[in-house]
Amino acid sequence: MGPTIRIENLRLTRGRQPVLNGVHMAIGAGEVVCLLGPSGSGKSSLLRCINRLTEPPPGTIYLADTDVTTIDVLALRRRVGMVFQQVSLFPGTVARNVSFGADLQNKALPAAEVTRLLALADLPPAFAEQDSQSLSGGQAQRVAIARALATEPSALLLDEPTSALDPAATRHVEETMLKLRQELGLTLLWVTHLPEQAQRIADRIYLLVNGRIEDEGAPEHLFGPGSKRLAAAFAAGELGAGEAQNSQEAK
Amino acid sequence: MFDLPIMNELTRVLASLALVLLAALISRWQSLDLEKQMLVAVIRAFIQLSLIGYALTYIFDVNNPLLILLIISVMTLIAGHTSGRRAAGVPHARPVALLSISIGAALTLGLLVGLRIFSFSAQQIIPIAGMVVGNSMNVCSLVMRRIRDEVNGRRLEIETALALGATQRQAADPYLKTALQSGMVPIVDSTKTVGLIQLPGAMTGMILAGASPLQAVQLQMIVMYMLIGAAAFTGLAATLLSYRQFFTRSHQLILAEQ
Repeated sequence: MGPTIRIENLRLTRGRQPVLNGVHMAIGAGEVVCLLGPSGSGKSSLLRCINRLTEPPPGTIYLADTDVTTIDVLALRRRVGMVFQQVSLFPGTVARNVSFGADLQNKALPAAEVTRLLALADLPPAFAEQDSQSLSGGQAQRVAIARALATEPSALLLDEPTSALDPAATRHVEETMLKLRQELGLTLLWVTHLPEQAQRIADRIYLLVNGRIEDEGAPEHLFGPGSKRLAAAFAAGELGAGEAQNSQEAK
Repeated sequence: MFDLPIMNELTRVLASLALVLLAALISRWQSLDLEKQMLVAVIRAFIQLSLIGYALTYIFDVNNPLLILLIISVMTLIAGHTSGRRAAGVPHARPVALLSISIGAALTLGLLVGLRIFSFSAQQIIPIAGMVVGNSMNVCSLVMRRIRDEVNGRRLEIETALALGATQRQAADPYLKTALQSGMVPIVDSTKTVGLIQLPGAMTGMILAGASPLQAVQLQMIVMYMLIGAAAFTGLAATLLSYRQFFTRSHQLILAEQ
C-alpha cells in the first residue's frame, strides 16, 4: 500500500504574490485523490511542493508521517513519481526513457523489467525499441508513466496528465492509472480542472480555489443530484477564477 | 626587436590621415552625415593610443612584477564586468564571469610562463595577457549566454529529469556540452583556417615591423594554441560555475520569474 500524504497549513508565495493560503489535505494510503480547481488556483504549485520541485516550508508536508523537507530530496523524488501535463521524452528509444531513472543511479534495467513496466502502462513489448519522438500524445504519456514507475515509487503526482490528449487516449490513461492503483497499491494525487474527470476517477476530491481548499468530499457527495456544494457550482461553470477572487475580496 | 615609437612615425601618421579625409569627402558627397563622427574617431584614436603608447613605454621600462600583476588584474576585472553584463539573466553573472575569466587567464598565463614560452617581463606578458583575457571574455560570454538560453528553453526537460531523481548536474548535463562547444568552436574554427584567408593581427604586425615571416608565423602558432587553451579553461570554468546558479542546493530549478 502506498504512503499517506498529509498537508498542514501550507502557505506559498511567489515574489509577493500569495499562491497557496494555508492548505490542509490528508490523502490515505492507496487512495486516488483529485485536486480540482480552475486554472491559476495553485494546483500545480501544490503538487510541486510534495516532491520538492518547489521547496515547501518545513513542517507542512508529510509523507508517511515524515516531513518531506527532512527526506533526501533525490530519494523523495524516487519514492514519489511525477507525470507532467506536457510530456517530455528524452531523445532515443522508449527503452532508454524507461531506464532513465535506473541509469541515473548507474544501474542497468534488464529488458524484462522494461517490458514489465511498459505492460503496466499498457504498452506492448515491441514499443521498447521505438524512437521516443515518433509516438502519439497518448503513447508518449504512457511511456512517461512507465518511466515514472521505473524508480518504484509508492505514490504518483499527476499534473493534468491528460489535458493534451483526445478523449479516447484520456480514458486509456485513466483506466491505466486505476489499474495501477489496484495492482501496485499506489497513492495517486491527480490534478485536473475537469469535474467530469474527477468524478470518473477519484475516491475523494479537494476543490482548490485561489490557493485555498474550498470544498472536499467523495464525488457522490459533491456532485450528487441537487448538490449545493461549491464543487457542484464549479462543475456548473458558476465558479471561475474571477468569481472566486470576488468572493475572497468580499470576505 | 620591433620598436615603433609614435613620434618617429608622426609624419606617416599624418599622411595616413589623407585616407580619412577622402572618406570624409565621400561621406559629405553621399550625405552620410559621418564627417563629425569620423573627426571624433580620429581624435579619440590619437589620444587613446598615444596614452597607451606612453603608458606601455613606462610599464616596460619599470618592468615591476607587482605592476604587471596589477595591470592584468585590472584587465580581468573589466573583462569580467563586461562578460557578466553580456550574460544578463544568469544569476550572479558578474562574479561568475570574473571567476571564470580569472581561472582561464591564470592557468593559460601560468603555463606560458611555466613552460618558458614567454618570460614574465612586462613587454612579453602584458600584450599576451591582453589577448588571453580578451579571448577568455568572449568565450565566457558565449558559454554563459548559451547556458542561460538552454536552461530557460529546456525547463520542462530539466524538471522532468529532476522529478525522476536526477541531480542538478545530471539534469543539466546534455546542455552543458553544447554550451561549452559553443564557446570553443569559434577559436578552433579560426585556428583551422588561419593564414588561408587573412593574416592575423599579431603576425601582420611583426612582418610590418621587419621580422621574418617565419618568426612571425612561429609567434602566431603560439598565439593560436594558447587561445585554444584559454578558451577550454575559461569555457569549462564558466560552464561549471554558471549552470549551478540556476539551481538550489535541493536540486530545484530556480523559477525564471523570481
